[in-house]
Amino acid sequence: MKAAAFFRFLGKQVLDRIWRLGFASRFLVATVLLSGTAFARFFLTVREIYFAGVLSLIIILVSGLFVGMVLGLQGYDTLQRYGSSEALGILVALSLVRELGPVVSALLFASRAGSAITAEIGLMKATEQLSAMEMMAVNPIARVVAPRFWAGVISMPLLAALFSALGIFGGWLVGVVLIGVDEGAFWSQMQSAVDFRQDILNGVIKSAVFGVLVSWIAVFEGYDAEPTAEGVSRATTRTVVTSSLAILAADFVLTAFMFRGT
Amino acid sequence: MNRAAIDLWVGVFVAIGLSALLFLALKVGNLAGNDMKEAYLLHARFDNIGSLKVRAPVKSAGVVVGRVTEIGFDPESYTAVVTLAIDARYRFPRDTFATINTSGLLGEQYVAFEVGGDAEMLAPNDTIKKTQSAVVLEKLIGQFMFNKAAETENNK
Repeated sequence: MKAAAFFRFLGKQVLDRIWRLGFASRFLVATVLLSGTAFARFFLTVREIYFAGVLSLIIILVSGLFVGMVLGLQGYDTLQRYGSSEALGILVALSLVRELGPVVSALLFASRAGSAITAEIGLMKATEQLSAMEMMAVNPIARVVAPRFWAGVISMPLLAALFSALGIFGGWLVGVVLIGVDEGAFWSQMQSAVDFRQDILNGVIKSAVFGVLVSWIAVFEGYDAEPTAEGVSRATTRTVVTSSLAILAADFVLTAFMFRGT
Repeated sequence: MNRAAIDLWVGVFVAIGLSALLFLALKVGNLAGNDMKEAYLLHARFDNIGSLKVRAPVKSAGVVVGRVTEIGFDPESYTAVVTLAIDARYRFPRDTFATINTSGLLGEQYVAFEVGGDAEMLAPNDTIKKTQSAVVLEKLIGQFMFNKAAETENNK
């Protein structure tokens, strides 16, 4: 009898997950279809870009700088054993543009902005602001959800590019200014190894996909939150956990597509 | 926070974001240096291309004059057919020698043109007749060891 209860529990969990995935997909389609207002009254979106993008700048810029500086130190330490410390530029640029830039900035964005979006929408639901909008014949998905979704999608590639640029600056600061790697070799080797389409554009595509994922999860968890204080707090936690896992899993899939080697 | 201030900050954000992207494209990547506007195609057959890759550079006198665009296999002659896009500004004589070289001991492989003295130039879509395959390091070492063994045998 114990075994039957266990399998029933397992089945319910799996079914719940699948049901939520289906609901989330329908929600994404509704958000995209109802995003007319977000662009017609573009200030709604601009305001959310301010909260999601501009206010995330400090954490993104500082983390990018430090990640690049650490890459410079660690990369130099390994490369100088093989007498190829000039390749430091390649190492710093490729690892930032391809992987660390999109992934780390998306993780930071999920915890800095995604959690805030979930909490805001969840609290709006708990205080019945969303129902009040519906009473006034204003669709809350068009008025509240879609601008936040598009703000995340627009901000994410810009933040990832800033992260990579600052990281390369940090690598340059440590490698060239502090340690004394030859500056010309640092830049020229980097330029000959980094391809615009293969590396930079693929990095931008990655960050755009992460932007859609994080914003989607954040607005959905907020909209789906239980309208209590505890429910909102749980939804916020779920946003950070789910979007971090989704980012890393999507990163593997995208990398497998993009960099299989020729 | 009023509307104008938010607009200003978002404008600043988008501007520095786009300039970061521009920095990545121009300074980190090689978009600016890739000024091969017009190119013509040449073909070359090699017995062995080693680990030559698509997009590998074509160099003459050490200067990049083109890129490898396609690598195929000819099932009739059992040779590798390499298609090269050469910058339209440069023309090469008919008896140009195409070899596959390695930059440094373990670096990546590229196609090198050693220019001959023919008065006629290669036209677009021509095939380069004179080619030399990639040097396979393992074969070289094997040959060296074989010769060494033969030497010690003779000295006995």
